[in-house]
Amino acid sequence: MISGVVRGKYSTIPAVLPGICHLLRKWTTTTKNHLRVCLLQEVIVLIEMNNVSKTYANGVSALNNIDILIEKGEFVYVVGPSGAGKSSFIKMIYREEKPTEGSIQIHGTDLMTLKEKHVPFLRRKIGVVFQDFKLLPKLSVFENVAFALEVIEEPKDVIRRRVMEVLDVVRLKNKARFFPDELSGGEQQRVSIARAVVNNPRVVIADEPTGNLDPDTSWEIMDILENINRNGTTVLMATHNREIVNAIKKRVIAIESGRIVRDEMKGDYGYER
Amino acid sequence: MKGRTLARHGKEGLKNLGRNSWMSFASVSAVTIMLFVVGVFLLLIVNMNSFISSVEEDVEVQVYIDLGTSDEEQTELRQQLQNLDHVDGISFVSKDEGLDQLIDSLDQQSGAFESLRNENPLNDKFVIQAEQPQQTEQVAEAASDLPYIDSIDYGEQVVEQLFNVTKILRIIGLVLVVGLMFTAMFLISNTIKLTIVARQQEIQIMKLVGATNGFIRWPFFVEGLLLGVLGAVIPIAAVTGGYHYLYNNYAEQLSIDFAEILPTYPLTLQISAVLVGIGILVGIWGSVTSVRKFLKV
Repeated sequence: MISGVVRGKYSTIPAVLPGICHLLRKWTTTTKNHLRVCLLQEVIVLIEMNNVSKTYANGVSALNNIDILIEKGEFVYVVGPSGAGKSSFIKMIYREEKPTEGSIQIHGTDLMTLKEKHVPFLRRKIGVVFQDFKLLPKLSVFENVAFALEVIEEPKDVIRRRVMEVLDVVRLKNKARFFPDELSGGEQQRVSIARAVVNNPRVVIADEPTGNLDPDTSWEIMDILENINRNGTTVLMATHNREIVNAIKKRVIAIESGRIVRDEMKGDYGYER
Repeated sequence: MKGRTLARHGKEGLKNLGRNSWMSFASVSAVTIMLFVVGVFLLLIVNMNSFISSVEEDVEVQVYIDLGTSDEEQTELRQQLQNLDHVDGISFVSKDEGLDQLIDSLDQQSGAFESLRNENPLNDKFVIQAEQPQQTEQVAEAASDLPYIDSIDYGEQVVEQLFNVTKILRIIGLVLVVGLMFTAMFLISNTIKLTIVARQQEIQIMKLVGATNGFIRWPFFVEGLLLGVLGAVIPIAAVTGGYHYLYNNYAEQLSIDFAEILPTYPLTLQISAVLVGIGILVGIWGSVTSVRKFLKV
């Protein structure tokens, strides 16, 4: 399969869009016009990678010439065997790792030139959910979620209101005072999702969110992620869960040996049992 | 920074102390022991220093004037001595005064030396004080070229030895204090590092949800400061109390005729301030340097 094909829900917009935007962006910087001319791109494109490659210091090549365009409001599965580069791909987006080559734009921010001190502000646009939840055991459910708002210095009343709203979305309002180890795995994952979305990020990145959960609980989590997506937040989910990918049809990006080998609008998990 | 945020950092720092109470205890203990030793050494060194200074100040140049020098010539000599470099003060001691002093210092009761009064063997002399005790030799040498001088005496050997000894004593003191401080800083930053390793996940999550490095660092800063202050409490109490007791009860035994141990105030206040300062510095330095490593995610 060809990599870099644009297949978003705005499929009427031709695949040349990235090229045009690229030219326009060049033009705007040369004329020192900081107003973004490429409005189309501003409105539609959330994540854009051009020719992204990542080689680690030890010579291992994790990603190879990745071209991808992810639009606002999309729900994208990232599938592929372990060690294929899924994690590196995802870590690039929240700037945990930096590509060795190519360019990445997230919501108009160029990650290649982004200064270290501005990384926190990028992260505020991105919510991350992990397989192992990464909750703080000594904080209650409420505090764990509020944490994400405290660090961006929101006022107390705003924090209270937002946290309760989000706990309502993940259906944990009645467990706000509980501590993580008093919750089931599914509930803990819901807390971590709540923490990821509490500051209204543009995109939620979930790295195998159902990896540690039983099937029933996994469906629950999917339900919540879909809900979040329906409200306009882009969701990017790396997963090994065949049943889910095949049942809830979304865009599927398959990565193998550091390359995008498949990019389908309503794709299947693919790999044979 | 917003006031609310500052309050939050203060509260967080305090909370962290409590949450990691054993580690905090370990750090505070390390600071306490280090400050106690530093405090004791400071007291010793400050006293030694004042003792040395008072010895050094007693060093002076005796310029014996030729017998048969007229009054005008004496005035001229005085003028010339005054013009030498590094001369702080000159006083004239006539031979009669000199004899009085000599007899006084030799014996007060028997009167065995009273007979000297009939035929005074001494010369008139100028006693010169150099600006710095270390310049005594220089002054003496410069003075020796002047006319109307019988001889010059400044206790060459004694002075040189004295300065060598005091120099060595001062260097030893300084090395001890600085060495102790570094050992303590190392110890404390290691202890704090341990508490931070335990909180690595917390830092990682803070970074993920978009906390700036400054924001993450502040509570650790506050924590380090508190560790330093808490660690200084016991040493200050012990050093101040101990010195007060020592001064009140043993001041006489500890004094060697002209050199006395320094009074409790303001010395202990100054030492307390230094100890708190060192404690805070070490605490903040320890925690901030250890957290820095984990901020590079």
